[in-house]
Amino acid sequence: MLPALFERFGLNQLWPTGGFPGGVHPPEHKITADSPIIELPLPPQLILPLKQHIGEICAPLVEVGQHVLRGQKIAKSQGYVSASVHAPTSGTVVGVQDHAVPHPSGMGRPCLMIEPDGEDRPDESRAPISDYRNEDPALIRERIRMSGIVGLGGAVFPTFIKMLRDQRHPVQTVILNGAECEPYLTCDHRLMLEHAHDVLRGMDVIMHAVNAQNGVVAIEDNKPDAIAVMRGAIEAAGMDNVEVRTLPTRYPQGGEKQLIQTITGKQVPEGRLPLHVGVLCQNVGTAKAIHDAVCLGVPLIKRVVTISGDAVPNPANVCVRIGTPIPFVLAQCGLEDLNDVRLIHGGPMMGERLPRTHVPLVKSTNGILAFHRQSLYSEQAVEEPCIRCGHCVEVCPAGLVPNELAWHCRNDQFDRGQDYNLFDCIECGCCSYVCPSHIPLVHYFRYAKGQVAKIEKERAFAELSKARSEARDNRLAREQAERAARRSKVRKQHAPAADKAAKTAEKKTDEGKTGEGKTEAVKKEGDKA
Amino acid sequence: MTLLISSPHAHGGDSIRANMLAVILALLPAAGVAVYLFGWLALFLIVLCMLACMATEWGCLKLMKRPTDRIGDGSAALTGLLLALTLPAAVPWWMALIGCVAAIVLAKQVYGGLGHNPFNPALAARVVLLISFPLHMTSWLMPMHAPMLIAIPPLNLYDFSTCWQLFWFGPEALGKGLDAITMASPLGHVKTEWSRGIGAIEALRNYDYSYLDAFLGREAGSLGETSALALLLGGIYLLARHTITWHIPLSFIATVYVLAALFNAVNPEHFAPPLFHVLAGGLVLGAFFMATDPVSSPVTPRGQLIFGIGCGILTWSIRTFGGYPEGVMFSILLMNCAVPLIDHYFRPRVYGK
Ligand code: SF4
Ligand code: SF4
Repeated sequence: MLPALFERFGLNQLWPTGGFPGGVHPPEHKITADSPIIELPLPPQLILPLKQHIGEICAPLVEVGQHVLRGQKIAKSQGYVSASVHAPTSGTVVGVQDHAVPHPSGMGRPCLMIEPDGEDRPDESRAPISDYRNEDPALIRERIRMSGIVGLGGAVFPTFIKMLRDQRHPVQTVILNGAECEPYLTCDHRLMLEHAHDVLRGMDVIMHAVNAQNGVVAIEDNKPDAIAVMRGAIEAAGMDNVEVRTLPTRYPQGGEKQLIQTITGKQVPEGRLPLHVGVLCQNVGTAKAIHDAVCLGVPLIKRVVTISGDAVPNPANVCVRIGTPIPFVLAQCGLEDLNDVRLIHGGPMMGERLPRTHVPLVKSTNGILAFHRQSLYSEQAVEEPCIRCGHCVEVCPAGLVPNELAWHCRNDQFDRGQDYNLFDCIECGCCSYVCPSHIPLVHYFRYAKGQVAKIEKERAFAELSKARSEARDNRLAREQAERAARRSKVRKQHAPAADKAAKTAEKKTDEGKTGEGKTEAVKKEGDKA
Repeated sequence: MTLLISSPHAHGGDSIRANMLAVILALLPAAGVAVYLFGWLALFLIVLCMLACMATEWGCLKLMKRPTDRIGDGSAALTGLLLALTLPAAVPWWMALIGCVAAIVLAKQVYGGLGHNPFNPALAARVVLLISFPLHMTSWLMPMHAPMLIAIPPLNLYDFSTCWQLFWFGPEALGKGLDAITMASPLGHVKTEWSRGIGAIEALRNYDYSYLDAFLGREAGSLGETSALALLLGGIYLLARHTITWHIPLSFIATVYVLAALFNAVNPEHFAPPLFHVLAGGLVLGAFFMATDPVSSPVTPRGQLIFGIGCGILTWSIRTFGGYPEGVMFSILLMNCAVPLIDHYFRPRVYGK
């Protein structure tokens, strides 16, 4: 009651009351909240991007024409931050080629194409770890890593990395993120209703793997049924160190940092991880995937997705194999004609618009929203001058001044932008949502972040090439000096009177020596880089 | 077209136009009181100012080759209405017109139009008028229904032709001097009495001052500033609608109240009581409708509190020690100058820092 009042009058900006500052209440449109999850049939072809996570792209392990089994690893992670890809069903690999993926750029990325054989035969090489409580946590983490699990809430960061244990910062609390604050999306909600037990076991696996003492299931108060079901399941499972916390419905409640502040009252310090305040957050869908991987031995090959939006005749929550083409999924929900329809990958607040429709559904797809062109706000918005109303400041959960920030970003004053904490923006979109002047603030922030990254890359490159050319100059000078020294030695032997030339040569050699030192320093720098 | 891919794809539905119309709507009670007190004259002034501001804005946009449909955002109409409500009822039409042109051209368009003006256009224009025409701008027409004027009946302002004559040709057309139909405002009266060595309490007594009349608006003053009740109604509507936040109005009025209360407690004979300060002059109008002008006030909540407190201190100081009886508009304009500085130093706390 009191926090709500505080929030209503903007007091939480002045005196934080436990919850995070700012935030908005967009209409929920959770039209699929009561639709049970439906299993979709296999599509004629599956398209599996080799990069569906944050980090390095995977290397294919199979060849065209090869037959694969369901769950078989078909691309392996390269590098540390990476997650492998598994065959969603049994079938034949029919291609390794560039194909459009769900990305706002609409550019092609390397993908594996699989034609299902319809038998859906599983690869049984991975045994379930049913007694996970008595297993070594490292083994469980390895299983999670091998199963290609990434954060399914949309962040797609490889999950096992988040679960690494750090002796100095033990995780006390595992937070299961069931806030699902984005409008329209209901996949986590349905998962909690229909698979409460699996989700909780997944959470228990996580708690065991990171040796956490207690767990919190965080659910927004607009899902009373999920709250009741999860409470019941916790009681039935006798997990007395896990509790359900009801959160006020407010976007972006499900943002990791915001959620942590609401639950623990602490903010994750700048440049630190949730780990440093003793917390680990995992999404409901990720917990279910972890359960499947550990307790059933099934890697991440399918996920629950909400198909909704005003252009979809039969909105639904569907369980789909990863790699299923989005038009196929939409057709199953009654939407065949994609002309004049705009597709959003994710929720309306943070989702990306898909410039191309024939793209596969990937690990990060928590929703596909299809809107008629006329009803999509981002299509109509006409930017007007900022009237400095301050609404964006009021709602920014990161505590930024979006109007000033946008001003600097738009004018390419990136230093000033960073002075206004550009990189603390979580791109939640609250500021654009309330702006009466319809300024695409988030767009400017994305643009500026991209530019800064580019500039930094160029600067690093320029420094590297400068170092290289200096090294080259030094090497040439040294070689010349050495040659001169040799020559003078020879001359000395032949004509002892020519000591003037020898002096110059000696001087040069000295120069060469200092140059050598420099070269070595540069080399070391290069090695580090 | 590159914008199309950028989230968010939803919007709260707020717009500049909706905000401006809301403020106009919120000013309607005060405008109604103005018509009740000053009859046709109030109506003439309001209509003239709104039309003149819109026409000037249209002309400017046309001259600068900007899309003229910007006029539809309602900001010019609002400036006109605000300006009209800060004018004394007896100003001649041409003076109001000069005010309108000054507001739109000097205070708004030369800075780059809506969103770029450092000062509230209506207030800036009013200051231009006050400095150029001090006599007219401080002569308050005797209102209808003011209890202390029952004995001396003022002009019948509900009579169309009287007002028509007065509006276009001035009081001379009615065979009267300006001072025959005007009187001092409570603030002005207190200031004059002070200069004669009479304390505020005594001054208010011989003015027949009543808090109830001041609250309801039955006193001399600018068109729209007299009735605290009508202004509060509008202000509460704006607060509820979230067009403005409580920070500026509350800190502004509370600061004036606290300062006045402190000094009044020390020397009740000399310094006017706090409630008088709050109800007098343009404080309520200024705090709810002028200081909260989004463009010329700070964007951060803490900045807005500082802004309001600054306005309050300046207002009370000018009223008490300054040369002018009223300080609301000067204080807001002065604080407008400080806005970039306030915005720079009073940013919200960044998450995790
Ligand atoms: S919400 Fe929009 S108009 Fe208001 S201050 Fe922010 S950017 Fe400017
Ligand atoms: S998108 Fe960035 S600036 Fe805008 S409200 Fe969210 S965190 Fe703040």
